[in-house]
Amino acid sequence: MNPLDLLAALGARVMGWLNALGHASLFFGDLVRHTPAALRRFDLVVVQIYAIGNLSLVIIITSGAAVGGVLALQAYYALDRYGAAESVGLLVALSLLRELGPVLTSLLYAGRAGTSLTAEIGLMKAGEQLAAMEMMAVDPRSRVLAPRFVAGIVSLPLLAAIFSAVGVGGAYLIAVKLIGIDSAAFWSQMQDGVDVFKDVGNGMVKTIVFGVASTFIALYMGYESEATPEGVAKATTRTVVFSSVTVLVLDFLLTSLMFSIKS
Amino acid sequence: MTIDNLVQIDHVTFGYDRRRLILTDVSLEFPRGKVVAIMGSSGSGKTTLLRLIGGVIRPQSGTILFDGEPVDPSDTDKLFAVRRRLGMLFQFGALFTDLNTFENVAFPLREHTNLPDSMIRDIVLLKLNAVGLRGAASLRIAEVSGGMARRIALARAIALDPELIMYDEPFAGLDPISVGVTANLIRSLNDATDATSLIVSHDVEECFQICDYAYLISSGRVAGHGTAAQLRASEDPEVRQFIRGEPDGPVRFHYPAGPIEQDLGLSG
Repeated sequence: MNPLDLLAALGARVMGWLNALGHASLFFGDLVRHTPAALRRFDLVVVQIYAIGNLSLVIIITSGAAVGGVLALQAYYALDRYGAAESVGLLVALSLLRELGPVLTSLLYAGRAGTSLTAEIGLMKAGEQLAAMEMMAVDPRSRVLAPRFVAGIVSLPLLAAIFSAVGVGGAYLIAVKLIGIDSAAFWSQMQDGVDVFKDVGNGMVKTIVFGVASTFIALYMGYESEATPEGVAKATTRTVVFSSVTVLVLDFLLTSLMFSIKS
Repeated sequence: MTIDNLVQIDHVTFGYDRRRLILTDVSLEFPRGKVVAIMGSSGSGKTTLLRLIGGVIRPQSGTILFDGEPVDPSDTDKLFAVRRRLGMLFQFGALFTDLNTFENVAFPLREHTNLPDSMIRDIVLLKLNAVGLRGAASLRIAEVSGGMARRIALARAIALDPELIMYDEPFAGLDPISVGVTANLIRSLNDATDATSLIVSHDVEECFQICDYAYLISSGRVAGHGTAAQLRASEDPEVRQFIRGEPDGPVRFHYPAGPIEQDLGLSG
């Protein structure tokens, strides 16, 4: 290929990305701008919290228990070498509260609730429901998108907290009941080592940021999807991929910021 | 400007991109209280006209007036004020699938009024009764047929007693009985509510039975207009081809292409 043609193609690709980024930024601005309207119609938000949050509980609880159990096992095998097996509880709690709770919950959220949001919005668009709403002088951004955006931001921290709590419970079952670590040591080390603001608080801040990002991506992909079955299918796949990568990148940035600052 | 026109389209030109114009310098008038049909072949720009009147898109040039005021897509408040005065029936209904029949019709009432539930209930049942579906109020949208969905959407479109009702291909995909029912409903609702109705369709016979006036859009312009009798008697080749359903004429059967011998590699 001619170097000039290559340069032109690269330029066109970069312009396309910049255009998409600008478009997405405007969409995000619209969501934020319509959030007060959603808060005034909190009944709509509650319905979405049920759809996004309550209906995700099964997968969150199951995954939390499994992850907590696995963490306890792996932590025991590593710590027992150094005679520090009684620190299993502390290690599990810190891992869940700081990292695994927020991140794994967000990844599960993207896969379960995010794809559901994308498909729902995409199909509403394909079925002209959003256009019908506009023609009835009802702004779909206030009526449909913003309530789901608020619901996602509210639901994700709660789901992460449940994930971490169930994970600790799962770790307790494995570490104390199965392996035989002293129960008092399990809980007391956790109580001494976990800081409410630094560990629990920062974990919650992460989940709020992840909630904003994942829900925005899910809504954007649905709203911008082509009004065809293939378009909606592609959009749901993009939601999972983009949300997952965004969560992992944001996690790295937030962790560097939060946990590298010496107290 | 004629004050009897609820909607007036003056010298409007529109294209989704600059290279290909959908409508070129079209002017149409929609008198109050009348049923006006916009007919034309697929892709002629009929639905684009509805989108222009509804303020979904903006013309490159020309003006669109609703009750004497310009329709301005950039002024959301004014645009929504116009939209509260019109109702639209989408081609496939565009019903909200998470709501049942009753709640679909109640939707505009709940969004735009502070009426108590009891009054909303009465209004919804009256609207459903007008379209013959009062007994279907509790049905989910997945449980209704295509024709019923169209009628539920019509009940929703008239929930706020709009001054202008726009119908996008209301007869498409319906069986003969449903077509007759829908046509009858459009005419009777228009007369009963003193509304103005605008039908976009390529169903010539049904439109001619119920409309007071009709426009034929072809190649992005108004190829002909008049009453049903005037259009039937028109000698214009494009009007004749469309009204009589002739397969070839000014609107060619073949999409523009080179000689077939060239494509088949037979040219010497």
